[in-house]
Parts: sequence; structure tokens; C-alpha cells
Amino acid sequence: MFDNVDWAEIGRATVDTLLMLGGSLVLTVILGIPLGVLLYLSGKGRLAANPVLNAMLSLIVNVLRSVPFIILLIVMLPVTVLLVGTSLGVAGAIPPLVVGAAPFYARLVETALREVDKGVVEATQAMGGSTFQIVTRALLPEAMPGIIAGATVTAIALVSYTAMAGVVGAGGLGDLAVRFGYQRFQTDVMVVTVVLLLVLVQILQMIGDRLVAKVSHR
Amino acid sequence: MIRLEGVTRRYRSAAGERTALDAVDLTIGRGEVFGVVGRSGAGKSTLIRAINRLETPDAGRIFVDDQEITALNPAELRAARRRIGMIFQHFNLLNAKTIEDNVAFPLRLEGRPEAEVKARTGELLAQLGLAEHAKKHPSQLSGGQKQRVGIARALACGPSVLLCDEATSALDPETTEDILTLLDGLNRDLGLTIVLITHQMEVVRRVCDRVAVLKDGRIVEQGATADVFLHPQHAVTRAMLAEGEEAFDASIVPAGARMAKLTFRGGSTYEPELSRVARTVGVDYSILSGRISRIRGEPYGQLVVAFTGGDAEAAVAQLTARGVTVEAA
Repeated sequence: MFDNVDWAEIGRATVDTLLMLGGSLVLTVILGIPLGVLLYLSGKGRLAANPVLNAMLSLIVNVLRSVPFIILLIVMLPVTVLLVGTSLGVAGAIPPLVVGAAPFYARLVETALREVDKGVVEATQAMGGSTFQIVTRALLPEAMPGIIAGATVTAIALVSYTAMAGVVGAGGLGDLAVRFGYQRFQTDVMVVTVVLLLVLVQILQMIGDRLVAKVSHR
Repeated sequence: MIRLEGVTRRYRSAAGERTALDAVDLTIGRGEVFGVVGRSGAGKSTLIRAINRLETPDAGRIFVDDQEITALNPAELRAARRRIGMIFQHFNLLNAKTIEDNVAFPLRLEGRPEAEVKARTGELLAQLGLAEHAKKHPSQLSGGQKQRVGIARALACGPSVLLCDEATSALDPETTEDILTLLDGLNRDLGLTIVLITHQMEVVRRVCDRVAVLKDGRIVEQGATADVFLHPQHAVTRAMLAEGEEAFDASIVPAGARMAKLTFRGGSTYEPELSRVARTVGVDYSILSGRISRIRGEPYGQLVVAFTGGDAEAAVAQLTARGVTVEAA
């Protein structure tokens, strides 16, 4: 039934997908949270309202979000080489994945921060909290359910981005599905890879939901 | 203790400029419970937020404890804010933290040693009857309990002033009474100066030593609570006091009657003055409306009466002589 399926190949592809996903998700969160915080803080009526900075950040985020990922992958090639020394393989896929996902995640972080009651910010100010303390001790902890839910959505979007990373020879399950399942009409390979991707997405969603439930106290 | 000099705050928006506070001068004494009342939009909220500079005035100076709040740099302002506690209508607790951690929050922001934080937090939770809720989250508490947590948090750094921003407006009458008793106790026991803004006249009647009435960003009337409440001078004060009171129907006034508003204060409230005077002068009276109550613990009675069949003027003169305030009604 699975005549065309090379299980060793599937195994390697699964590992590649997980590496790309893990590496890019960690970097996306590390870059996305500060960017989201800056978008929030520089917004109108916020703690460090700065229309110019806000408009600039917003423009960069919107530009990056509007470029189709497949194009970003190619446009980024020289930058990728500069950053990781190669444009190929898992390492070569991570910079474009991060550049594609971080602005998206930053918007989700910004939205989560906006959901925090302004009264909490005001109370922390009234207690003598500095802007840094307000962000780290009040805003981020209060917005944590939204920040984690956003990371879950971003992780799942990254799974589908990794499928395109085959263009730069990064491998992974999505690449396998395209090269064997689609281009060579090996339906069985297609089915196996898609099922594995589905399982991956399910697991990510489940982990995300559990973490959100754990930090929610509404 | 707290002094405002010519404090002005304007809001600019696309719709134009609005003056929330218009050259407000105000002095609040140490250990006083001071109320600020007014309709929504009168500037109460801006006024209380100016005291700890959550709202920075466009003009004017603000002093708290002889420190000019309006002249402080950001670091000095943060230090000054720790000496000024604040509680809010919607409590503004951190949902992600336990009750214990909410109370400890200002101490941790200040960077006090953890052992001290723990000790002080335990003390406050016990003092406010919250010890059993220490490990709970705010969502598990009732409104009154949440406001107690808010008060514990506001007291954590040992402030000399407590600002109350509509602190009882989201609570039911019973819980309001409970919180007011608590504030009253803090004022008496710790000598805490309390500034509260509210649209609930009952709150002022219950706890405030003095009151200011705000309208369109200006103080239109201020004084001891009993004076302002029993003899309101400004139309806004009168209107706010009249709400919830039943006005008597003019058609019940007997023909040819001499109407008078009588105010009894202090011990004389419970004396049968009116009946004695009526007997001596030989005048009849009907009571058209009245209220016997207390303002900040001081008993008072206020009656609208109609004198008939006799020498009403003599009755008025005798009542005045006995310390009853008689006004036209």
C-alpha cells in the first residue's frame, strides 16, 4: 500500500521540519515580543506614544507581512548567506521563516497587550512603577494568555511556511509532499506527509491551549 | 498636606479644546477626609489624578506633604507616588497574580527585600481580613473583597495619603458601607489623609469632613460637609442633594401658611424644640417633609414645616433663639 514511501526519508524530513519549526519559532518569539511591545508602547495614548516610531514600525511590519513567503524566501537569499553562511538547508530556511513570522507575531502580541485593562497600567504607575516595570511586571504577565495563544497560531503558520522552504533545499515534510506526492504522483507519500503535518498541527494546538488554560485567571 | 494652586488641565482633540480643570485652588489638611463631588464630566477624575500626576496639569502647582509634585523628575515622581496610595472604581488588580502577590506588588516594584515583603504582606492581609484568600486569584473574589485587596495594596508602602477614585461606585449598598467603615477606621487609626471623588452624596455624608463641589472644572462650593449639605449655596449642590429625596407636592401647602425650613444640629436634634415653641407661641404646624440623620457622625434634622393659625414670626424668632436655623422654604 505504501510502496513509494521511504520511511527513512520520512523520518529525516520530520526531523528537518521540527528543526526548522523549533528554530524559527524560538527566534520569532524572541524578536516578536519586543517588536509587539514597541508597537504597543508607541501607539496613540500609550505610555511612550511616538507617532513617528509607531508609523515606521507599522510600515515595516505591514511590508513584511504583505510579501508572499515564497518571494521573501528568494529576496532574502543574500541576507540569509550573510547571517548563517549558507542559503541552503535547514539553516538557510530559518532566517526567512523568522522574517516572515516575527512581524505577524508582533501584531498578535500588540493585540494581546491592548486587551489588558488600562486601569492595570494606571494602577502600576500610581504605585511608582517605571515604564520598564509596567511592561515586564504588569503588561506582559497580564497579556500572557494572548501572547501564548498568538505563539500557537504563529507556530501553525510556520508549519505551512516550512512546506515552501523546499525551494531553498531545506527539506522537511512539506517539501516531500510537493516533490514526491505532487510532482511524481506518489499519492501514498502525499498522504503520509499530510497526515504527519496534521498530527504536528494538532499537537501544537493542544500544547498551546493547555498553556493558555494554565496561565488564564479571568 | 495637599495644596493645589491654579491647577489647569485642558484636553485637545479633533473636536476642539476642553478644559477639564480650570485654575483650581484647593487645600486639604492632614488627617482630613476630603470629598470631591460633581456630575460626570465635571473634572473629578482629572482632579484626583493630578494629585499623583497620573494627569500632568498644563498650569498650576501641586504640593503633597510640602513636596512640589509638579516639579519632580520621573525618578522623584515614582518615589513620591509610593507615599500616595490609590484605589479605583474597578479595583485594577492584576488578574494573573494571586491576592498575596497583588498586595506584595508595590513592595516588589520598590525592590524591598523579599523577607520584608512577605512579612508586610502577611500583616496587611490579616489586617484586612483577607488571610484566607491569599492564594486565590482576583476573579475568585467578590467586589467588596477585591476592593479590600485594592486597599491592602494601596497601604503596602505606608502612604500618608489615600486617593479613592469612585472606590465604592461599583459596589452594592451593604458592601459600600463596609468599605466606608474601613476607610473611616484607617483615617482614625492611622491618621491617613483621604481624598475621595464620588457622585454618591451618601458616601460624602457618611465619611467626609469637608467637601468640594466641582462643576465644569471649577470648585463652585466647598466647606464642612454638614454646612454644605444642610445649607447648599450652589444650584448643582442643591440638585445633587435633591436626587433621591422626595420633593413635597406644592398643592399640599395649607392656604396662608408661613413656610420654613428648620435645621437642627447636634444634641438639639433629639429635643422637642418645635413642639415647645408651638405650645408657647400658640401656633400650629404641619410637617411637609423632613429627614433626621447624621453627617460624619453628627446628628441633624431638617424639616420643612408650614405654620398656621397663630404668630408664625414669633415662632421663628423663638426657634432661632433656641439654636435652630430657620430659612425660607
